[in-house]
This record gives sequence, structure tokens and C-alpha cells, in this order.
Amino acid sequence: MAVMRYREALNEALREELARDETVMLMGEDIGIFQGAFKVTAGLLEEFGERRVRDTPISENTIVGMGVGAAMTGLRPVVELMTINFSLLALDQIINSAAHIPYMFGGQARVPLVIRMPQGAGHQLGPTHSHCLEAMYLQVPGLLVATPATAADAKGLLKAAIRDDNPVIFIEHESLYGQRGEVPDGPDHLVPFGSAAIRRPGDDVTIVGISRMAMTAQRAAEALASEHGIEAEVIDPRTLRPLDLDTICASVRRTNHCVIVEEGWPHGGVGANLSALITEQAFDFLDAPIARVTGADVPMPYSKPLEQIAFPHEAQVVTAALSTFRDV
Amino acid sequence: MAERVAETSADAERPRPLPDPDTAREWLRAMLLIRRFEERAGELYAKALVGGFLHLAIGEEAAIVGAVRALRERDYLISTYRSHGHALARGTEPERVMAELMGREGGVCRGRGGSMHIFDGERRFLGGYGIVGGNLPLGAGVALASDYLERDEATLCVFGDGASNQGTFGETMNLAALWRLPIVFMVTNNQFGMGTALARHSAVTDLMRKGEGFGVPGMRCDGMDVVDTHAVVTEALRIAREQREPMLIEAVTYRFRGHSMADPEEYRTREQVAEWRKRDPIDRYADRLESEGVLEPGAREALDIAVTAEIERAVEFAEASPFPAPETLYDNVYVLGDQVRGWYSVDARAGEVHRGEDERALAERERAVPDSSDGDVEEEKNDPEGARRWP
Repeated sequence: MAVMRYREALNEALREELARDETVMLMGEDIGIFQGAFKVTAGLLEEFGERRVRDTPISENTIVGMGVGAAMTGLRPVVELMTINFSLLALDQIINSAAHIPYMFGGQARVPLVIRMPQGAGHQLGPTHSHCLEAMYLQVPGLLVATPATAADAKGLLKAAIRDDNPVIFIEHESLYGQRGEVPDGPDHLVPFGSAAIRRPGDDVTIVGISRMAMTAQRAAEALASEHGIEAEVIDPRTLRPLDLDTICASVRRTNHCVIVEEGWPHGGVGANLSALITEQAFDFLDAPIARVTGADVPMPYSKPLEQIAFPHEAQVVTAALSTFRDV
Repeated sequence: MAERVAETSADAERPRPLPDPDTAREWLRAMLLIRRFEERAGELYAKALVGGFLHLAIGEEAAIVGAVRALRERDYLISTYRSHGHALARGTEPERVMAELMGREGGVCRGRGGSMHIFDGERRFLGGYGIVGGNLPLGAGVALASDYLERDEATLCVFGDGASNQGTFGETMNLAALWRLPIVFMVTNNQFGMGTALARHSAVTDLMRKGEGFGVPGMRCDGMDVVDTHAVVTEALRIAREQREPMLIEAVTYRFRGHSMADPEEYRTREQVAEWRKRDPIDRYADRLESEGVLEPGAREALDIAVTAEIERAVEFAEASPFPAPETLYDNVYVLGDQVRGWYSVDARAGEVHRGEDERALAERERAVPDSSDGDVEEEKNDPEGARRWP
């Protein structure tokens, strides 16, 4: 095990896959000379050259569309978009092309494309650079959606995404790039899609944390244990499509309490969807309504105190978990 | 740029000489096949046997056949929602296109795409796209793969005058020129973006010049003349392939029917349509073949009878083809494999949650069959058979 930062783990995944497979290539704004807005692609242009690591103009929809076209005819492009908010400019190509092409052409074409993008608040970037939009992509059949929260998952999921034959929306988190974590050694570290991680075992309440909120949930679980004697089981789904609902429901059937934590908006959110799925499958095992902790239902404000209260912190997760025990 | 325009298009001798007689007659047949197919599709639409939107290319046959015949087998073609003709010209069986229009399992996309989304990977016709301007980035991506893998291929990307106003037009022109991709863009200027006349939707009506600011020189062809279209597209493809300079061709043409079948055509006069119909690309070309002795008297009628019979067989095939079975609803949403063994979807149609396990079993069955689609790059480069390999 090596300890490295989340961004270094992503960098290593890209480097290893570029070295492993000649058809893997990178495209994105400022990923070459500038080495990436968040330095994820540092050193890759130098190592692999202009053919395989390409700086693009600021043309999100066209960059993604070119990735789709190239993926249909033999390449495995990895497209980087500077933030998830910018990916909205590429929604046409992501949904109407990448997600639909395999289906609407009757299985004649494949789109082995990865679209990487960071999301998340905390850096005072205001309403056009800070949102969490995984719920939007989760809605689209044909896409795979990954939301790694640790360095090990960042590397293992990205490598798996590149090797997959489906279009993958790979959602990183801006606040996690600098986080350190242990990463298994060797180029064969893959994390399969559709396999949740149990970050902390526990029998009293299941807390599902999405993206960075898996980390927040873990800290909240420690507080619940030390301050309230409640042992929470923390689950990080790691991929939202496919979703490892089996692991989540198995936990809920044991703990009978469930909290879902996400940074995105509440309406039509990941938690709203997951809550419906758990209710359908494990209703009889629930002792209390499922609690959701989400980002505030507002565009992300700039001012620091406002921004800080607009996305979830440990204290809110603790409160939500306690609320599921209120009537017991 | 201006020189290129002058030397390849404006100053060319007109009419351009015909190709050899067999080729000349084949072009006529290809155009006639599209005409009769479209007419029959329109009839079936009126009888509600074809659903959705139906965009016919009647009047644009020369722009289609002239362009497609300029492609080699290994080149790629990518088009729009008005693409039956492109598929037919590329060699897709009329049966499978007609069955697609009628939403049948025997359709070229198994009834999943419909009229607007025709696709024939084996013939390197890569669709069929319903979003105006959406196929431009895709076409550039295909050209990028050709360039990256050092495959001797070019891409012809066809779209309408309306698409020249989309952001993807400028973005794609810029990237194609910047990266010197082997691609030719062809704007089929049929004078209307749906119901909005060219001069009402584009500040620059000289569409062949619309790519110049992005580094893509323009050429123009008479889209009502199959010979001229073929000559100009051939030259543009050569430049794109050999000099790695993407080109933009404006094919000036006219659609004789409405934008789609649901079009009352209140934006143009009957007189204007009648005026353009005098330049019917098929009639004029057949007249020329007769006058130059390439077509015997009566051959035209015989050809028409043969083509009409072929379309009738296509309709019979389509009508006999079953509708897709309900249990195939989820086919090809994902490529199933080691990573994606299945997913969850709440599905009232199945009466229960559509579970990953079902897909897992399917994926394992699929994996048991060796995958022959993984063509070795090196091998493909030197393999003449590779032209028909897909992707």
C-alpha cells in the first residue's frame, strides 16, 4: 500500500491505462501544458506526447461529441471537463449521443468513453462552479456514474471506467483532490462498478454517503459512537449506476434505520431515489422514516458563511441519525 | 482559400463530363431508388404505418448520390434525421430501412431508432441523428480516430443549412482545422431551416464561406447535378485525406416536399416549388444520359419499373417483419461485461424491480461467445479486408 493524494491516484490511473492501451487518449481544456486545472494530468503530456494527451479549445459540447465519435470507431477517449457545471454545455452530446447511441442503433455501436469532471462546494466559487449534479446523470439510462470518495477508489474506479465499454460519467470532488489515502500497489488495482464499500461496520443505523459525503458520514459515525453510543454502518455506494442496492438493503434490514447524505439538491436527488428503492425493497424492516441530509435548495452562494451552511456537515448527519431513533 | 474555390468549382467546365456509362447509369438508378423509396414511405406515413416524424429527401437525390459515390468503402459517412437516402446510397438494403421506418425487428436498428436514426455500421454509415448540428462533433471524432490510428479513411459529415447556426458548427470547424482531421463537411443547402428561409436564419447566406473564419475553406457544388456534386466532393475528400485540410462544401439544392410530413408549407409559394421542380435532379440527369447516348430509349422506364418493384419488395419485407418483442425492451441499454453485470430499474412493465442478476446471467452467456470485434490496430492498417470491418 502506498499513501497518496486523490489527485495522484487519478494521475496514476491515467498513466497506467495510457501505458497499457494504445487506444486510450486524453482530451480536455488545459490538461496538457497547464497540466489540468486541478493538476490531475500533471506530467502526462510530457510522458505520452501531443497525440495522446490533447489540449482542446473551450468547446465542451464538441469535445465530448468528438470523444463519442472516436469511441464509436476504435478509441477509448478520456475527456476532462473542468467542472460539472461546465458539463451542462455538453449535455446534448452526453445524453442524446453517448447514452443513446448503443440503444437507438440497435446495439451496432459502442461508446467506451469516460468523461471526468469535479464537483462540489467549499471553495467559494459561487453558483456556476460548485454544484453537485450526480443526480441528474443518475437519471439517464445508458450512462454509468461513478463518485469516488477515496484515493483507492479514485484509482480503481477510473481504471475500471476506462476499460469498460459503456460511457461513464466519472465525478470527482474538488475538496477531495488533496486528501491522502492508502492505495493498493500495482497496475491491477481495479474497483468493479456496482460494488458498494462498507466504510465502517455498525448495527444501529445505516448511513449512505455519496461522493465526499461518504467521508462526512464517516466522521459523523465516529461522533455518534463516542457521544451517543450509536454504532452506525457507513456505506459508500461508489457507483450510482450500476447501484449496489443489495449491500444497502442488507444493511438496512439489519439496522432498521437509514440516513442518506448527499451534497446535491434535495428534489429528485440521489437520496430521493435511493429512499424510494429502499422503501420498495425493505419497508417492513424500517423502524423510522428514512432521513435525508442534502445540500440546501438554493444555487450555491459565494459568501463563505452562506456557502458553509448550504452543504451538509457532520453535525447535521448526527442530528438526522438521532432523529430516526426519536420514537423508539 | 479563394483560389481553391475558384479553381475547383466556379471555373470548372460545365456541364462536367459524365463518368463511364455503367457508372453513369448506376447513379441514375441510385437516385431513382431513393425517390421511389421516399414516395412510398410518404404513402405509408399517410396510412399511419410509419410513425413519428418523416423527413423526405425528394429533390435532394443528386446531393446524396453524388456525395456518397465519392466515398470509398473504407470512408465514413455521418448524416442527419433526413438520412434514408444516405443509407440507401451506401448500400443498405431498402428492406431494412423500410422495416426501421415501420418500427420492426427486421429494421436496420431493430426498430429502436426509426426514420431519424438510421445506422449501418457494416457499411460505415454512422447515422442518422435527430439533433440539428449534433452529428458534427461526432463526425470530427470519427475523423480523429482515423487520424490517431493512422487508418487511411476520411469522413463525410452531412448536415443542413439550419445546422450551420448551431454552436457545434463553429466549434467543430475550429477543432477539425486545428487538428488537421481528414473530414469533409457538406452543408446541404435546401433553402430552409425547417420553415425558415435561409436569408431569415443566416446572416451569411453564402454558406460555403461560413467556415473560413474557423480555418475551413469552402467549395460549392450544384446539388441538383449528381456529376458536379460527385466531382466537388471527390476533390474535397482528396484534399482532406492528402493535405489534412478539412473542407466545407455547400451543395445548393431544394427539397420538393415539406420539412417533414407534418408541414403545411405556408412559408413558400407553389410557384417557387414549381420553379425548382423544373430542375429535378433525376429528370434532368436522365435527359442528359439519353441525349449523350448513355441511356437507350425506354431504358429509363424499365429502370423505374425495376426500382419500383424493389421498393415493393421492401414494403412486403417490412410488413412481414415482426414488431420487437416486449422482452427485448432493455436490449443494448448497456454493454454487459465484467464491469456492468446489471443495474436496477424500477419497472412497472415487469411488475417488479428489474434486477441486475438477470443481466448477470445474460452477460455470462455473452462472454462464453468469443468476441471477434476486437480488431488489432496494426493488422487493420495493412488489411484490405479491414475496410469492411466494424468498427
